[in-house]
Amino acid sequence: MSSAVEQVIRTRRDAGSGALIGYLPVGFPSLEVSIDAACAIVENGVDILELGLPYSDPVMDGPVIQAATVRARENGFRLRDGFTAVREIQQRVDAPVLVMTYWNPVMQYGVGRFADDLLAAGGAGLITPDLIPDEGAEWLAESDRTGLDRVFLAAPSSTDERLRQAVASSRGFVYTVSTMGVTGTRNDIDDAAQKLVSRLRNVGAEYACVGLGISTGQHVSEILSYADGAIVGSALVRALADGGVSAVADVAASLAAGASV
Amino acid sequence: MSLRDEEGPYFGDFGGRFVPESLVAALDELSAAYTEARKDPAFASELTELHRTYTGRPSIITEVPRFAEHAGGARIILKREDLNHTGSHKINNVLGQALLTRRIGKTRVIAETGAGQHGVATATAAALFGLDCVVYMGEVDTERQALNVARMRLLGAEVIPVTAGSRTLKDAINEAMRDWVTNVEHTNYIFGTVAGPHPFPAMVRDFQKIIGEEARAQVLSLTGELPDVVAACVGGGSNAIGIFHAFLDDPSVALYGFEAAGEGIDTPRHSATIGMGRPGVLHGARSLMLQDEDGQTRDSHSISAGLDYPGVGPEHAWLADIHRATYRSVTDAEAMHALRLLSRTEGIIPAIESAHALAGALTLGRERGPESTILVSLSGRGDKDMETAAAYFDLLDGEIAP
Repeated sequence: MSSAVEQVIRTRRDAGSGALIGYLPVGFPSLEVSIDAACAIVENGVDILELGLPYSDPVMDGPVIQAATVRARENGFRLRDGFTAVREIQQRVDAPVLVMTYWNPVMQYGVGRFADDLLAAGGAGLITPDLIPDEGAEWLAESDRTGLDRVFLAAPSSTDERLRQAVASSRGFVYTVSTMGVTGTRNDIDDAAQKLVSRLRNVGAEYACVGLGISTGQHVSEILSYADGAIVGSALVRALADGGVSAVADVAASLAAGASV
Repeated sequence: MSLRDEEGPYFGDFGGRFVPESLVAALDELSAAYTEARKDPAFASELTELHRTYTGRPSIITEVPRFAEHAGGARIILKREDLNHTGSHKINNVLGQALLTRRIGKTRVIAETGAGQHGVATATAAALFGLDCVVYMGEVDTERQALNVARMRLLGAEVIPVTAGSRTLKDAINEAMRDWVTNVEHTNYIFGTVAGPHPFPAMVRDFQKIIGEEARAQVLSLTGELPDVVAACVGGGSNAIGIFHAFLDDPSVALYGFEAAGEGIDTPRHSATIGMGRPGVLHGARSLMLQDEDGQTRDSHSISAGLDYPGVGPEHAWLADIHRATYRSVTDAEAMHALRLLSRTEGIIPAIESAHALAGALTLGRERGPESTILVSLSGRGDKDMETAAAYFDLLDGEIAP
């Protein structure tokens, strides 16, 4: 049986396009506004939400997301706010919500307890930027027990053997890192992304979504010509930082235009 | 099984690789190159020759009887890593990793630094080997260790002050990791301590274990016996593991690591990771760390920039767990007292980091009495700390900057 995330991606793919996946951090600029913003981007065409949990040492994040998550933590973000956000968003809009989190907060909360609480809140699963499947035995077991999705990353530098492992371990999709680097908007999407998606397909990936550096509807359209989904983070976070909920809604709508059939 | 044989990725429950997938290929490449290099006698002989003609190894040991009078009369012997070229033990590791960098054909190196000792050592090796060098240093540390910033720049390195997070060593490591993820094709990360993802804890340990191997033979030759106690300061833990390692399988030798208690472990301002931390993941490894209930890393504090780190190497977490080594903590005030005492009794100005081990030895000497021999890792010299010491002891005439 395919997961909710997989069903959304499949529906969008069958319609001749692919999924638009939007990232926003919980608690930026406040818990309430972050929930409003997440709902607004879904109402403006985002198919799947990726909610980030602010963390003190985010090694995969570039300056825009770092600045937002620092502010969220200064404003008193607590881990439990992540579950609150997922629950409220699920009540207001119809889109699967994946939580993006570095591993230590999950480990401290307790992997099983985290899985139970995320499931109870209506969350779809986890994206884990600093957990590789090699170290993920406990999460593999807990996600199997709860049926939550688990999204692992694939990088241009990954060997075919590691890509095979990422595909075999992931559920929902494989997060295809478009370029060697951290999050942040870029002018051009690296050719490496297309090559990596094709390598992932060769080792059996059913759902490969591309992230890092995607910031315009044009990028989204390019990515969806070969991938199953396009993941946008920094461009949305910057809009929210600069212009609030209405600005992030506008950016979501322009990104969604790139995902229109 | 010998405790000396542990090679990672795990030391007991600690270690591993909690890193973005993008870095795995680079870590695998480094592991493979290091495994090859270890088997290659040419690598070992080149490193040994560099240590002989450039670092100044073997470093001597110095017995310090006037200092020891304040330690219950115990014999105290210092392993003088402060006399190494660049002024600390950091060069031992850096030369090894620089040789490896050349072996894997990369032309640019990056490093993080806290006190600046590892940054200076890396900038030095980069100059020697003709490599491009970028050093990440927390903005707070660039201020309290301004002289080391000047040294690195004079050596041709680019120093980037890191303004994220707590603006200290932990954030410098994050920024170096981000650089590495982006530039891994031609860049090698010369990591400065025995923390981080595999293979760093084992590899850095191997490059530092020469401290204990030399010291063990030197103490035997001087006293005819092994020391009763080996003492070292612990931030990330590289000088400590370096001097401990040769003694791991000598059950009669007690091993003591001294963490920074800062303003006191009963305050939030300390760096006593093993004493006060919980297991968690930081900077690519599972180890002990200072963190809040939610798993957010807590800011650490120490008057010594080199010990101001909320994590610790996984091998230390393991040695603590199996009770092979004992970890205590030393306050800023105790360390500064020991720094001045060694300066005045023996004419040796230690780094503030190393002064934590000296302060620990003063207590251990009183506990164990005059029959005991204590070997202390004097991991670095105090030149870099003169501004801090001058302010602390009010040593300069007129106004000094706070």
